[in-house]
Amino acid sequence: MRYRAEVFVTLKPVVNDPAGLTIRGGLHTLGFDSVTEVRAGKYLVLTLDETDATQARARVDAMAKQLLANAVIEDYRVELEPESPSPLTGEGRGGGS
Amino acid sequence: MVFPGTWSDRDCAHAVLDVLQEPVRYIDHREQSVDGLELVILPGGFSYGDYLRCGAIARFAPVMEAVADFANRGGLVLGICNGFQILQEARLLPGALLRNASCEFRCEWVHLRVEQSNSAFTLDSRPGQVLRIPISHGEGNFFADPDTLDAIERNGQVVFRYCGPDGRVTADANPNGSLHNIAGIANARGNVVGMMPHPERACEPLLGSDDGLAIFRSAIHALARVPA
Repeated sequence: MRYRAEVFVTLKPVVNDPAGLTIRGGLHTLGFDSVTEVRAGKYLVLTLDETDATQARARVDAMAKQLLANAVIEDYRVELEPESPSPLTGEGRGGGS
Repeated sequence: MVFPGTWSDRDCAHAVLDVLQEPVRYIDHREQSVDGLELVILPGGFSYGDYLRCGAIARFAPVMEAVADFANRGGLVLGICNGFQILQEARLLPGALLRNASCEFRCEWVHLRVEQSNSAFTLDSRPGQVLRIPISHGEGNFFADPDTLDAIERNGQVVFRYCGPDGRVTADANPNGSLHNIAGIANARGNVVGMMPHPERACEPLLGSDDGLAIFRSAIHALARVPA
């Protein structure tokens, strides 16, 4: 079964985020004064073949712990779903293969 | 140590081989062993393009297992700039290095106050001594959670702090927002040191300073004291 995992890596709340502060400054310069906070992070999309969703989630969790996020400064969140068929080729979900 | 994207390896070799007349071998990231070496230097650069996080990919290079064994056996390891980031990713040193508070790449001369002379790389220095050495980085903003920071301070693992020419540790002298002005730290045993400034770029008067030599010389003297 093919899965699509989205991994959101963000700095822990206690960690200062200079990039987020700079982006907030830019938004304020443009007149978006309502913005009180910006936190910048990383967004990763993984496609993987695993036997079931539980196994897929466990594998992505292991990847995040080992490499994708640094637990000293970052948190992560995983969203997992079966891969949707491509509109062009029809490949992807199940398909009987 | 040479990873894809390492750029300061030849400068380090120049300092050790040409200036201090000690033998040097370049270690490829695909090697499996560092046997026979007395000192391992992880130089600066942008290993693996610094993709994901600085040092995150290099930390899993084949040779890094041997480096971790070497460090755990008491072998001398110096991580400079990107090398410091790699040692933290490998959990051989505590904390992490965030983007500079200014969000700017900083390439300039700084002053460092030597905080303690117990590490293998500060044996020849005295606490309070001021070294003039350049930095060149975008992500050197030292961070550790409060408990870790307390432990590092209590154990005397802070090796260098950014300071003014007079040795005073001030906010103005901090080029990147590092907690407690920390520029370099050691592990508890003192055989592994990571630092953001580049001592190899301050090893001859022609370069503007030779204060960096004290760091390499200390390692050589540490090795002479305790034969490998």
